[in-house]
Amino acid sequence: MSVLNSKVPEGPIKDKWTNYKDKVNLVNPANKRNLDIIVIGTGLAGGSASATLAEQGYNVKAFCYQDSPRRAHSIAAQGGINASKNYQGDGDSDYRLFYDTVKGGDYRSREANVYRLAEVSGNIIDQCVSQGVPFARDYGGKLDNRSFGGVLVSRTFYAKGQTGQQLLLGAYSAMNRQIARGKIQMFNRHEMLDIVIIDGKARGIIARNLITGELERHSAHAVVIASGGYGNVYYLSTNAMGSNATAAWKAHKRGAFFANPCFTQIHPTCIPRSGDYQSKLTLMSESLRNDGRIWVPKKLEDAKALQQGKLKPTQIPEENRDYYLERRYPAFGNLVPRDVASRAAKERCDAGYGVNATGEAVYLDFASAIQRYGKEQANIHGIDNPSKEKITELGEKVIEEKYGNLFQMYEKIVDENPYKTPMMIYPATHYTMGGLWVDYNLMTTVPGLYCIGEANFSDHGANRLGASALMQGLADGYFVLPNTIGDYLSNEIRTGKIPTDTPEFDAVEKDVKERINFFINNKGTKSVDYFHKKLGKVMWDKVGMSRNEKGLTEAMEEIKAIREEFWKDVKVTGAENELNPELEKAGRVADFLELGELFAKDALDRNESCGGHYREESVVKEGEQKGEALRDDKNYAYVAAWEYTGNPREAKLHKEPLKFEFIELKQRSYK
Amino acid sequence: MNLTLKIWRQKSPEDKGKMVEYKVTDISEHMSFLEMLDVLNEQLVEANEEPVAFDHDCREGICGMCSLYINGEAHGPDRGITTCQLHMRMFNDGDTIYIEPWRAKAFPVIKDLIVDRTALDRIQQAGGFISVNTSGNTQDADAILISKHAADEAMDAATCIGCGACVATCKNSSAMLFVGAKISQYALLPQGQIEASDRVLNMVRQMDLEGFGNCTNTGACEIECPKGISLVNIARMNREFLKASLKG
Repeated sequence: MSVLNSKVPEGPIKDKWTNYKDKVNLVNPANKRNLDIIVIGTGLAGGSASATLAEQGYNVKAFCYQDSPRRAHSIAAQGGINASKNYQGDGDSDYRLFYDTVKGGDYRSREANVYRLAEVSGNIIDQCVSQGVPFARDYGGKLDNRSFGGVLVSRTFYAKGQTGQQLLLGAYSAMNRQIARGKIQMFNRHEMLDIVIIDGKARGIIARNLITGELERHSAHAVVIASGGYGNVYYLSTNAMGSNATAAWKAHKRGAFFANPCFTQIHPTCIPRSGDYQSKLTLMSESLRNDGRIWVPKKLEDAKALQQGKLKPTQIPEENRDYYLERRYPAFGNLVPRDVASRAAKERCDAGYGVNATGEAVYLDFASAIQRYGKEQANIHGIDNPSKEKITELGEKVIEEKYGNLFQMYEKIVDENPYKTPMMIYPATHYTMGGLWVDYNLMTTVPGLYCIGEANFSDHGANRLGASALMQGLADGYFVLPNTIGDYLSNEIRTGKIPTDTPEFDAVEKDVKERINFFINNKGTKSVDYFHKKLGKVMWDKVGMSRNEKGLTEAMEEIKAIREEFWKDVKVTGAENELNPELEKAGRVADFLELGELFAKDALDRNESCGGHYREESVVKEGEQKGEALRDDKNYAYVAAWEYTGNPREAKLHKEPLKFEFIELKQRSYK
Repeated sequence: MNLTLKIWRQKSPEDKGKMVEYKVTDISEHMSFLEMLDVLNEQLVEANEEPVAFDHDCREGICGMCSLYINGEAHGPDRGITTCQLHMRMFNDGDTIYIEPWRAKAFPVIKDLIVDRTALDRIQQAGGFISVNTSGNTQDADAILISKHAADEAMDAATCIGCGACVATCKNSSAMLFVGAKISQYALLPQGQIEASDRVLNMVRQMDLEGFGNCTNTGACEIECPKGISLVNIARMNREFLKASLKG
């Protein structure tokens, strides 16, 4: 039944990528000048791909909806980027990074892609340093590392709590160099609204100039989607307000299969919600779990008092605190993977131990780290018998150096000083592992249509490890795609410039125009946000951290009903030929309303718990692992790639079986 | 709390534009400033009026997309934050709040509170990069030793989010804090030395071409900068510029 061919090269895992590169078809430099590539999105994946492809000689047209490519949401990534450099000499290697990523992803990713990712990871750091990215250094002038969840080594490179920013600015600077040379044509404030397919190949896009409202036709020999994830299907997430799935979803509707939509990451450490007006959630980097200890009260009455504001966390003595991650997972403690940490927080809060007014928050406490660092600093500075105040002062300084910007961010939002009182955190939607299905070349099921970064499905399986998103984005953009795209383009050197005055472009532009006209003229009674919030609530309640058959079936019906109401009653103010944020949102929410239903359908189909996808029907019933997620390799060791057939609920399932030749399939244990 | 808002409305770049008064009620002190504007916009949509257009994206103070001149201050009354991190607890019930776009010759208004900041991109394109290919054939990252001090200082400069508050705040509409930050990041690192002269000359030339003003050391930019970029960066840029000019 399957039409999926992952095109993974033969041979031992260590040699696959090298052999591939040795034999892949190349395009000679003179011909590259005659080939055009469209890149949608300018985050780490899109920005790095645009820069490298332009450097190789292709003509790149890059698009972003923001006012500058530097604003893409990769900029908000905080903690760091993984690389198997083994600078710490703690036993790291490409294999170990590969192994950790496959295991962390709960054995639902494609081995060959992940190994390649690990293999190029070190080179990313080399590249970024040569670009002038100011990574943190130690006193000897060498690069510093920290640890992230789900691993036992220190392999995360960082630039304070702003690693994503620095890496993106690196990619942006590489883009700027090519923009100045005229090799990248940059289209700021442009949104891709559909893709044009001619003779079965991706040949161009229809984009809307967000300032003038004009629809534009752009043609190319290949189209690369690097538009990020679809986390905003939940309305509230740590994504940017404008982050959307439109490019990927339109590609899906035109033939690209959508893989594993139900694999979504709910990040454990976000600032809890404060009210109904809330527009987005703010992440507190996972790196904080290096030094912060997570706890809730042991006693229910203490939790009640905290919820009512009658007790302060600092008044609860040590013996009455439940450091539940350290208790349940002694080997990994506070650094268990994200899915595990999130579910554990939900479990405690559902049991009534939440610590804020909404009952949906746990503590992340730095008091013991402050003491530990303070004593260490006192030793370093030769202070004998330091006072408690001195130790605290020195310790707080170390914490400030490491996480200063995060602490400041927290204080501004919550209005509490996290140096003095523990932070409150709660899980929130953060990242989507699912996305467009791609083969080893990162090509979708539509020839000439590529997908990189968070927008594709390939590397993180059912759960992404911390500091791996930046790694994947840059790996895809700098090193993988520029090597694989030539294989396809080598057959396009005789094609010549692709005209845009063709019936195919006419037809797609007509579709886009009709939809925009519908929104402007519908004159319904409810705002776009009304529908988005409604969809978000269904997704969070029934397709969130814990899922079951009944809830998922209901969710599919409810989403369909919201969608129908949307198309009857949505109100979009303003006109089509001007800057119109309401119109932009309407198009994005319309796509989320379809994607959400496929998401629930995929979650329903996968009756196993793996990674971020937790089915209540599939848990360990007895023994040491009781209550933990139970994977079902016999029935579900596949990638679910969905083909659009006109209605999300009738999408056709294609399975890519996952073969594990180099890693033994095991139930994950972080105990 | 209940508030009176006086907001700059301008339909298009050609439109003259004017301040328009709005009322919002039941605003929670825990809301962010932009969430308060969301409430206003929902109200306007409800009344079939066009909502106020403003730039925003990450809403966590890092993308640099949000702007707004609030009661005469870039990013509003709080310090060390962007508008999206400003919370309503900084205001009192009954306040009148003035909301205007960034104003500078080099930042023309597109609509309402949205301005065109692509001039900043063009300055970066003139030289805000190190000319290395991204093909991956670089030396090992640890082969270049960089002192912790230099790395930290470069990071402090590199933390600029390119929001343009410095320009909006400056009475001369100078972009020197922005440009100085980029020049400094590379000037402090060994990787940036090779192109240092060309970089500073080209970036400064582009800055002048875009119509940004000069620095007269009032220091307002440093105070309003959401990322605390220091004036030292302007001094360093001037030194680099002088050095490069003398070299010829």
